[in-house]
Amino acid sequence: MLPIILLSVFGIALLFLGFMKSKAILLPATLLFLLVTLAVNFLDWNKTYLYFNDMLRVNNLAMVFIAIVLGSAFLVVALSGSFIENDEAQPAEYYGIILFSLVGAVMMIAFENLIMLFVGVEILSVAMYVLTGSDKRNLRSNEAALKYFLMGAFTTGIMLFGMALLYGATGSFTLAGIGGYAASQQGLSLLLYVGLLMLLIGLLFKVSAAPFHFWTPDVYDGAPTIFTAFMSTVVKTAGFAALFRLLSVSFVGVYNFWWTILAIITAVTLIIGNLTAAYQNSFKRMMAYSSISHAGYLLIGLAALGAQTKQAIVFYSLAYSVATISAFGVLLLVAQQKNTQTISKEGISTENFDAFNGLARQNPLLGFAMTVSMLSLAGIPLTAGFWGKFYMFSTAVERGQIWLLVVAVLMSAVGIYYYFRVIIAMYFRDGAAEPIRVAPFYKYVLLAATILTLGLGVAPGLLQGLF
Amino acid sequence: MLTLFLILFPAVAATLIFFFGGERAKQGALLAALAELACAGYAFFSFKPDASSQFAFDYPWIGSLGIRLSAGIDGISVLLVLLTGLLVPFIVLSTFNRTYKQPATFYALMLFMQAALMGVFTARDGFLFYLFFEAALIPIYFLAAMWGGDNRIPVTFKFFVYTIFGSLFMLVALVYLYYQTPPTAVAAHSSAIADFYKLNLTPQAENWIFWAFFIAFAIKMPVFPFHTWQPDTYVESPTPATMLLAGIMLKMGVYGLIRFILPIVPLGVETWGKTAIILSVIGIIYGAIIAIRQRDMKRLIAYSSFSHVGLMAAGVFSQTETGMQGALIQMLAHGINVVGMFFVADVIFSRTNTRQLDQLGGITQSTPKLTVYFMIMLLGSVALPLTNGFVGEFLLLHGVYTYNHYLGLAAGFTIIFGAVYMLRMFQKSMFGPTTSRTESFTDLTNSESWVFIPLVVMVFWIGIYPHTFLKVTESAVANLMKYIGTTAVSMK
Repeated sequence: MLPIILLSVFGIALLFLGFMKSKAILLPATLLFLLVTLAVNFLDWNKTYLYFNDMLRVNNLAMVFIAIVLGSAFLVVALSGSFIENDEAQPAEYYGIILFSLVGAVMMIAFENLIMLFVGVEILSVAMYVLTGSDKRNLRSNEAALKYFLMGAFTTGIMLFGMALLYGATGSFTLAGIGGYAASQQGLSLLLYVGLLMLLIGLLFKVSAAPFHFWTPDVYDGAPTIFTAFMSTVVKTAGFAALFRLLSVSFVGVYNFWWTILAIITAVTLIIGNLTAAYQNSFKRMMAYSSISHAGYLLIGLAALGAQTKQAIVFYSLAYSVATISAFGVLLLVAQQKNTQTISKEGISTENFDAFNGLARQNPLLGFAMTVSMLSLAGIPLTAGFWGKFYMFSTAVERGQIWLLVVAVLMSAVGIYYYFRVIIAMYFRDGAAEPIRVAPFYKYVLLAATILTLGLGVAPGLLQGLF
Repeated sequence: MLTLFLILFPAVAATLIFFFGGERAKQGALLAALAELACAGYAFFSFKPDASSQFAFDYPWIGSLGIRLSAGIDGISVLLVLLTGLLVPFIVLSTFNRTYKQPATFYALMLFMQAALMGVFTARDGFLFYLFFEAALIPIYFLAAMWGGDNRIPVTFKFFVYTIFGSLFMLVALVYLYYQTPPTAVAAHSSAIADFYKLNLTPQAENWIFWAFFIAFAIKMPVFPFHTWQPDTYVESPTPATMLLAGIMLKMGVYGLIRFILPIVPLGVETWGKTAIILSVIGIIYGAIIAIRQRDMKRLIAYSSFSHVGLMAAGVFSQTETGMQGALIQMLAHGINVVGMFFVADVIFSRTNTRQLDQLGGITQSTPKLTVYFMIMLLGSVALPLTNGFVGEFLLLHGVYTYNHYLGLAAGFTIIFGAVYMLRMFQKSMFGPTTSRTESFTDLTNSESWVFIPLVVMVFWIGIYPHTFLKVTESAVANLMKYIGTTAVSMK
């Protein structure tokens, strides 16, 4: 399990690099570390290993998820250049925490034992609480961190309780052990069901599914934008990888019990996420609700667990992560330039849609990157997002859950409404947008994300050989 | 392979123009569109009039799912391919006296649109069709919303959300159909349209799939009561975009009816076809009556187009061979006429800065050329014998009449009403005393004439010798009727 070890070592190394006078080395060093980890991750390709006394199981699917998480982290870090100019910022700590949090994400993806799942969730979450509050002088950032921490700690408790109940029912913490018990069909203990539900609540909270989503808008809005991008992609991907592994390995036997519950949660998540997003005036809050709605689309695949689900979740998380990061990347630049990120005295952020007015005329590249990512999030063909939705809808059709599909389709139409508000603002509204100076490296990152989105949109089969 | 070229060439040309077009974008776009027309013309004339799919290509796309990049031209596509190839160069030419800001983007979007439309009309894979169907929406949305009138942003937004909402239902239906197909050699399912034709669906499934498809296509055409986006969008869009919308894009809906609804869900058509025809006929009459009351030329033509397309839909749902043939040839004819009419409105607007009929008049006095071309286009639109409109409308009405006499009679009003609103428009704008705006009206320039001349040739060619066009669709339509026929027989 080299990625875990490497990430830990690199994280500590970064903290020491922070003692150096020049902060300039931190960003390239972090990127290098991430690339090395990403390469090392694939060493076990096509083999299945159990690590650390059967605590972790690494297979191709886990490696693909780890690669998505590391790749997202790479893109986010690559877009985080502004820390250098900010005297208040502590980039060494931030990058160190990011690497440590990835250790948690890897554990969540590759767990074989519920204890590992718990440890992974905690490592990732604690890191997130810190990053959310990293803007120390900002009230909103503090509030967000506190809120996230309190609610997160509470649900972690519920999750742990659930694991204890599962142990009580099955006498095992391993996925295989629980799976074996759940598959036995008769005489299942009630504790199993209660335990599963509590465990699900904990994980659904992390991926911000309704009705456990209330923290999301405030936290996403209050956290510094770069960490919002990190949170909304890495945490979500890791959370869904964990959910998928849990449900597909251990609880297939009791599918009939949990699928209706999950399907209802899916429908509620889709409806709340999309309808509320349509009413937002702040771009960042809109993205927060949109991330709730995407949790809903991802849940479709789980509620209709089948042969297609694996592929659907991998593809969707990849498409969603790339598009989200590039959207936040553009927002970062726009906000920096307009200085709209300065919070007014009442603590109200002003990252409105208006900030994008007329952007495309002066900055065609930024406009284009943003447009492609919005189209992808909206699920318009020729972008990766379309195929993500397509795979998700296919799973539901395969299971015959047409009613869920109708909800999803209606909500997709709502989604088009709010994503297009950004495009309209950029292209059709007049604004005092000035040319934004974009560093070449930044430009390449945005271009790479855009090309990836379009490339997967034209040739979705590219990923197929991977798992 | 020719099909692949027809789809890719405009897209490549568009990309080149977008990056390197600069001030020469206009000429580059015209050149590319003419080359595309040559290819489309070649495809049309070397098309063997049978039911097969020709000039086809077929590559794996998402291998393990059995989804393929597969397209070709058959008897149902061929006229629409010709139409798409034919209209775009003249739409480009019609802009030669105008300057649009950011010309490179403008013309690149037009060619992208053409590529997507070619894809829609030739796709042989259900998901490829859907992809192009949606992809066509993006360039036209930007064309309309960037270069349109004052009220363009909310209007085009409504158009976009409305149409994409409809096509999402189609996506659900396509995915459902896909999962019903039997395993093939390479994958568990197949998304080839030909495999959809072979499915035996339950009546309940056919009914909801009928509606899923019908709503998608009805919004696109549009059929009453899904038309509310249309007049505003047509009026607010810049004229070239309106021409693309009315001339070609609307045909995507009618094409979809013929390609998907009739052969895939014949039982659904059996059950709901009458409802669909009644809606279409309501649209015919309703659109015509509103058109009579219009004062804005562009809006009048928009409603006339709404009325005409209702007849095409009714003809298709009559499930008769003549109705289907009529719809196919009428799509070609209507595309030509409506582009001509919108261009007349644009010419008048460019000289007088108004499209209000009561501010116009007396234009004939100084414009022999415009008068003649306008008249010919108008006669084509009102379906005078020996013009293109007559052939299509006659076949369509015959089809609807065979299906149900009363509905045929009601649909027949289209010819009378059509004559009323078209002649009224001609009279108000061209005859009478000149007004302050039309006093110094100059006749057509050379480039403007060259837009009309090929359109006029087509009006008479289709009108006098429709056999050229009917013969290529004949066997494909007969083949299609088999799918409808077999199920109808097995029902009994």
